[in-house]
Amino acid sequence: MPRRSRTGASAGGPQGLPGISTTGRRAGIFCVLLIVALAAQATRVQVFQAKRLNHNPANQRLTVERYSQPRGNILVGHDTVTGSVPTGGRYDYRRTYTDGPLYAAVTGYSSQTYGNTQLEGTEDDVLSGTDPRLAGWALWDAIARKQSPGGDVYTTIDRAAQQAATKGLGSQKGAVAAIEPATGRILALASTPSYDPGSFAGTSAADQQAWDKLQADTNQPMLNRALRQIYPPGSTFKVVTAAAALAAGTVTDINAPTGAPYPYVLPGTTTPLVNDTAACNRPNLSLDTAMIYSCNSVLGYLGVRTGLDTMLSTARDFGFNDAKLDIPFRAARSNFDTEMNESQLALSSIGQFDTAATPLVMAMVAAGVANNGTVMYPQLVDRLTRSDGTAVQVMEPRTYKQALTPAVAAQVQQLMTDVVEKGTGTNAKIRGATVGGKTGTAQQGVDNSGTPYAWFISWAKPAGSDQVPPVAVAVVIADSDATDVTGGGLAAPIARSVMQAVLGG
Amino acid sequence: MATPSAVARSSSRPRPVRTRRNTELALVLAAVLIAVLGYIEVGVDIDGSVPSGAAGYGAALGVLALLAHGVIRWRAPYADPLLLPIAILLNGVGLVVIYRLDRATPRSEAAPTQLLWSTLGVALFIAVVLFLRDHKRLQRYAYSGALVALVLLVLPVLFPPVYGSRIWITIGPLSFQPGEFAKILLAVFFAAYLAVHRDALALTGRRIWGVQLPVGRVLGPVLLIWAAFVGVLVLETDLGTSLLFFGLFVVMLYVATARSGWIAIGLLLAAVGAAGVGWLSPHVHSRVTDWLDPLGSIAAGRGANQIAQSLFAFAWGGLLGTGLGNGHSILIGFAAKSDFILATIGEELGLTGLIAMFLLYALLVSRGFRTGIALTDPFGRLLAIGLAAIVGIQVFVVAGGVLDLIPLTGMTLPFIAQGGSSVVTNWIIVALLVRMSDVARRPAPRPEEA
Repeated sequence: MPRRSRTGASAGGPQGLPGISTTGRRAGIFCVLLIVALAAQATRVQVFQAKRLNHNPANQRLTVERYSQPRGNILVGHDTVTGSVPTGGRYDYRRTYTDGPLYAAVTGYSSQTYGNTQLEGTEDDVLSGTDPRLAGWALWDAIARKQSPGGDVYTTIDRAAQQAATKGLGSQKGAVAAIEPATGRILALASTPSYDPGSFAGTSAADQQAWDKLQADTNQPMLNRALRQIYPPGSTFKVVTAAAALAAGTVTDINAPTGAPYPYVLPGTTTPLVNDTAACNRPNLSLDTAMIYSCNSVLGYLGVRTGLDTMLSTARDFGFNDAKLDIPFRAARSNFDTEMNESQLALSSIGQFDTAATPLVMAMVAAGVANNGTVMYPQLVDRLTRSDGTAVQVMEPRTYKQALTPAVAAQVQQLMTDVVEKGTGTNAKIRGATVGGKTGTAQQGVDNSGTPYAWFISWAKPAGSDQVPPVAVAVVIADSDATDVTGGGLAAPIARSVMQAVLGG
Repeated sequence: MATPSAVARSSSRPRPVRTRRNTELALVLAAVLIAVLGYIEVGVDIDGSVPSGAAGYGAALGVLALLAHGVIRWRAPYADPLLLPIAILLNGVGLVVIYRLDRATPRSEAAPTQLLWSTLGVALFIAVVLFLRDHKRLQRYAYSGALVALVLLVLPVLFPPVYGSRIWITIGPLSFQPGEFAKILLAVFFAAYLAVHRDALALTGRRIWGVQLPVGRVLGPVLLIWAAFVGVLVLETDLGTSLLFFGLFVVMLYVATARSGWIAIGLLLAAVGAAGVGWLSPHVHSRVTDWLDPLGSIAAGRGANQIAQSLFAFAWGGLLGTGLGNGHSILIGFAAKSDFILATIGEELGLTGLIAMFLLYALLVSRGFRTGIALTDPFGRLLAIGLAAIVGIQVFVVAGGVLDLIPLTGMTLPFIAQGGSSVVTNWIIVALLVRMSDVARRPAPRPEEA
């Protein structure tokens, strides 16, 4: 039977076919289903594909939103070293930097075209206001899409130390890393030549030109040499070797004869390990004397005697071979080979062969010794705050490794003090302070033809103090116009001025 | 006037029929209020203050709404009470979104013009409700109407193309799309023709492969008219309207004849037509490519195309939207106020607002179909169903296009998108539905009157 409309026969279909009441209802359901399909598709796009679409690189919304309000600031002490200015363009605000080149190794850059790096990168969520911890009522703000004002990042940088480091490096190619040994706070992080991150913060043609120029510069001004570049540490590594020898019991008394032969022929070869100073060319020197004159033959011999395992574990405890050292942005991996024959180990023990370190890790070496053997995790952020100044996160000192026993650390401290008092590091002496240090002059290039790397690592404390020294520092000069390139000559004075800045402050 | 409940009790109508005019009034006022609040939200979100024009905008919309309501109360007291409020709300929200988009494009203001066209639309609504006392009178003009529709469709060929389509007639500062008006005339023609010939179409002719084919004598005129329309539209490269006319044709033919074979034939014709056009026109070919892979142009290094920009806008809106004025509609760019206005709605009102809007359309469409089913004369039934189908199909074609559900074909979102001819036409559609729903819901006359 055909369905009949309740309104009567006139509505019935032709000869037993369904009437308009039935076909109309079906067509109506079809039309409504079309609209239901639209709702389903809208749900698919707006809920399930939303995240992927929002993050599509061709979608400018995230960037527009990001620059729609002033970015939070990065501070050194109580002073902001960054700012934001209205642009009147599609992106409302652009980043500015006060003393850009001075702090570039710390701040990195925040560019509307080229992204964010270093603190601007790792703390971007806080600075841009997207970190959920900034919101007063996180869930409600998320629903209401309320954008939190950008938070602030307080660094651990000491303005005076940073300025001393940058001034000391001057026009030379090099880097400085300074650490507070007891806490791991990074007091200075400088890399020269530097750059102004504000010069390409926007989207204009001038910004693009500035960027292209920096990219093409063979001096690599945008390379952060303090923690993104590794250099052979040369003789500064002897601090690690001496510590390992003392820790392993290879040497028990720093003033007793070590039994080191002269000349010391690299095991398995006929090549003797040569020294730079005639004072080293005697057998059976004490460890203290060997450090004062930076004797390759003695420390090479002691490294081999101590053995690869202890050398490796001591180096690791100071930060070597750590591929995930974040301060919070990542430092390059400093290297001490894990598999070597004895002659390679001897060379590595004096900071040559494949041994290579960032200034940051060499500063950790000095700081670990100064902090009685405890290496603290290096950290650059003191605290994160909301725009109203309330804290979101406060830095807590973290132990990286217990590298040495306090007794061994005290012996190494004595060795380093003697280097500054009587040895190659006299340029680091500070009146009224106890300074420990170690020089390094690392040969490089084909047949050592390149300008050597001049190193100095040190720590200092007020004379007579039995506290942990407030500052440890590592300096490397990678390329200098000076004729006499040595760690003691070039790098030690810079380390001294950085330490003075901290002690005096 | 006697109270409805007193009149309604008769043997053929067991339930009392209430006019529901007060319900309509309340809903109309609510619709005006929602639109005014939206207008205020735009000002608050963009400027941080209530826009100075809020009172004027509210007054204008309110006066139009109350005039339309008053005419219904006077001349169509039994009309479906949901039709007018939905039209007011959609038109009001459309004005708000266009005003919001004006704020992003200070050099081309569209909202004042749109308000003018809306006023004309409501005026025509009132005229139709007042002067068209019986929809059956339209049946007489079916053939001449079809002829007028054809002329209207051919005319734009003489005018310069806009965005590659010859669908506009431009006279001085005024421009309109005759295709918009033509769709009503076409629905009237189909309804009139099918009401007379449905038996012949359904029952005569031979069966081939289980499908009843009508004799050419009956089917001929319909196919001829349809082919003329589609041919002209293909020449004008207005695919959206072609699709709409085609869908309308298939739906009405099926409703009239109950032959599901029509759907099969329709789909076959559509497939052949689509393949042919896709083969002939690179314009259409690229639309299909963009539909299948909307983000493909980005991967190819040519940047985001329209569909990609539209999808970005929808995605950014998410569940609740950014709020009116807080989106980035400037990034949608091309045709943001017309074909792509839905993207701004999706971005600023979110999925929630979008689904609310779809519900309004679904309600409007289903009320139209309900009117058709409740009427008794075949012409009125088919006309109401045809008009409702126009709204439903048009919403699907335009929204499906910008949501990447189907290939993009340019069309206006009923009542919301910028465009005078569109707004006016949709008001006439609603007026016809109001007129017919008044007839459908009117209680049978008392025995002594009969």
